[in-house]
Amino acid sequence: MSDAFDTNDAGVLRFITAGSVDDGKSTLIGRLLFDAKGLLRDQVAAISKARAGESDGEIDLALVTDGLESEREQGITIDVAYRYFATPRRSFIIADAPGHEQYTRNMVTAASNAEAAVILIDASRIAGKGLKAQTRRHATIAKLMGLKVIVAINKMDLTGWSRAVFEEIRDHFARVARTLGIDDPIYVPIAAKHGDNVARLTPQTPWYEGPTLLEILETLDASRRNDGVFRLPVQRVLRMPDGARAYAGRIASGEVAVGREITVLPSGQTAVVEAIRTFDGAYSAALEGQSVSIVLDRDVDVGRGDSLASTEGRTTRAFVADLCWLDEAPWEKGRRYLLKQGSRTTQALIDGIVYVREMTELAEVGEASGLKLNDIASVKVKLRDPIIADIYSERPATGAFVLIDATSNQTAAAGMIREAA
Amino acid sequence: MSALAKPHRLSHLDVLESEAIHIIREAAGERTNLGLLFSGGKDSAVVLHLATKAFWPEKLPFPLLHVDTGHNFPEVLEFRDATARRLGERLIVREVEGSILRGTVKLARAEASRNAAQSVTLLEAIEEFGFDALIGGARRDEEKARAKERIFSHRDEFGAWNPKAQRPELWSLYNARINAGEHMRVFPLSNWTERDVWAYIAREGIALPSIYFTHKRDVVRRDGLLVPATALTPPRVGETVESVSVRFRTVGDITGTCPVESTAATVDEILAETEIAELSERGATRMDDRTSEAAMERRKREGYF
Repeated sequence: MSDAFDTNDAGVLRFITAGSVDDGKSTLIGRLLFDAKGLLRDQVAAISKARAGESDGEIDLALVTDGLESEREQGITIDVAYRYFATPRRSFIIADAPGHEQYTRNMVTAASNAEAAVILIDASRIAGKGLKAQTRRHATIAKLMGLKVIVAINKMDLTGWSRAVFEEIRDHFARVARTLGIDDPIYVPIAAKHGDNVARLTPQTPWYEGPTLLEILETLDASRRNDGVFRLPVQRVLRMPDGARAYAGRIASGEVAVGREITVLPSGQTAVVEAIRTFDGAYSAALEGQSVSIVLDRDVDVGRGDSLASTEGRTTRAFVADLCWLDEAPWEKGRRYLLKQGSRTTQALIDGIVYVREMTELAEVGEASGLKLNDIASVKVKLRDPIIADIYSERPATGAFVLIDATSNQTAAAGMIREAA
Repeated sequence: MSALAKPHRLSHLDVLESEAIHIIREAAGERTNLGLLFSGGKDSAVVLHLATKAFWPEKLPFPLLHVDTGHNFPEVLEFRDATARRLGERLIVREVEGSILRGTVKLARAEASRNAAQSVTLLEAIEEFGFDALIGGARRDEEKARAKERIFSHRDEFGAWNPKAQRPELWSLYNARINAGEHMRVFPLSNWTERDVWAYIAREGIALPSIYFTHKRDVVRRDGLLVPATALTPPRVGETVESVSVRFRTVGDITGTCPVESTAATVDEILAETEIAELSERGATRMDDRTSEAAMERRKREGYF
């Protein structure tokens, strides 16, 4: 058997959907799955059955994504749900992030593994009023995490397909995008409930020539910004059949080739790649995203938590980072947290808050004294042991870290290195 | 040792494979006493194959564990044992029957489905061996509650999943820290679909139990399902037993798993059928999940996989 079924390789696009409970987000996802034939007959039957009694005979597409019983009772989605569908051009993974303000941590979770964000705005309720705080929060997180932004202006049918309303909302969002530094957001007017401009162009918007939302998703450049520099966090040391030690891990960024000189971080020792081994055989070179085992030409001291890197790689024990606080328990000044970057865990201390971002005007507030759930801030971090000094915008896979509360074991914060000392 | 060329770019399956290997290695790096749940079913066969790749050329740094309901298809158990023997890996089997004898499982009827009872036996095995992480083959596309579960999923000291207190899971930075008595469940196939699993089985030439492929079987037609006519699941009064060409899309407890009509004799033919399938894998084959839309979530809160 060949790779005949391993096709449609415009690859995979992972995207998140962000919108408030009433913006029609669940309906949009249901619509994308329904129109792309991502729903099977019993799943359609289940959502018809789920609200028997209050249904008017129309399938409620929103119910496709409302997975958990406890949420079903509240009528809102409270956690990240993953959905899968494919068109002949591309496979898609949707991370459905909830819109409720208090659940920002779930949007951050979803965004961390996505390339794009579809931000949903209810056109019928924004006309003449300006954007909701939530939309600004979604845009802030999308920018923070380095996502491409698509703005789906929904419920256009309720505005009489008004071009003026579409342009008003677009201009509002463009101002936010400029403030935050989001490059080239894409705008599309839709009515998810009826499928207009989702998978097919609607005659209702002669002033909008396309593309449809699905076409935008199919053709979006999915590569995350990454400067191609080699990094491999070592997960485990394996003994090869010939007795050589091999350093197993997934290439976080860049490429590696036999004969290439590398540096071990944080020790700074250098060595040359002698072999790239896997269960399936040896490679002459390997790419970002591949799980491989690397044999070096000399004895160096390498273990789990160390990284193999291109020779310019540096480490740091102090840096400035953007932080999303994700824990119910607020940050405690002077408290040590565990920091995980790649396969390395060390102790960290937040040494000062540079600013907390206020969400109405998006201003940077300098005199903040604490960090609580859903806060987005810029902070100074100090470490016990050095980690790789990578900047998130250049190398997201190694520029990212999490903070863990060693007492509760909760994941307390998501961090992105902006500036290494 | 032949040198492979450098891959031009990673395909969809390459990405899923490397991600799963990374997850399995992280589990083994962060926890000390792991087990890999291996039932002989196709998803667990794929996870076992990926684990073999993750630690090659070394043996697995953990044993295989199967919770046997006592109602399994004999072909699947033979395959389970033969696979563990072939790989030279340690296989631990714990039986629901044992929990019944100990009195920790009480069934309403002797022939009742033992699917839910598995949770009790599983938790007893976790305690007996002190497992602090179990790797399993669950996929998010199987079912709505699973669609929301993390790749590294925390279980409290009662083995329960709390969907409202899940840890945020960011990038590939998995938090596997636990307190004494708790454990993690780790799902390397979280992002795989049924189609991906079959495509990967085809690409890698992964062996499976024979009942995944077409065979003649005595069944009765009941509520749109093909229910196997066995000693455990006898036909009801008025039902007619037919011999039909079928295959299983999932395998589990005999009392709860139904085959689908199929003449697919190879993985390629199964893939072709999967492309045009009208029913989801669980909807077509699992009696227990049809009881209610929320059945899985309730079972998982009680410690089910």
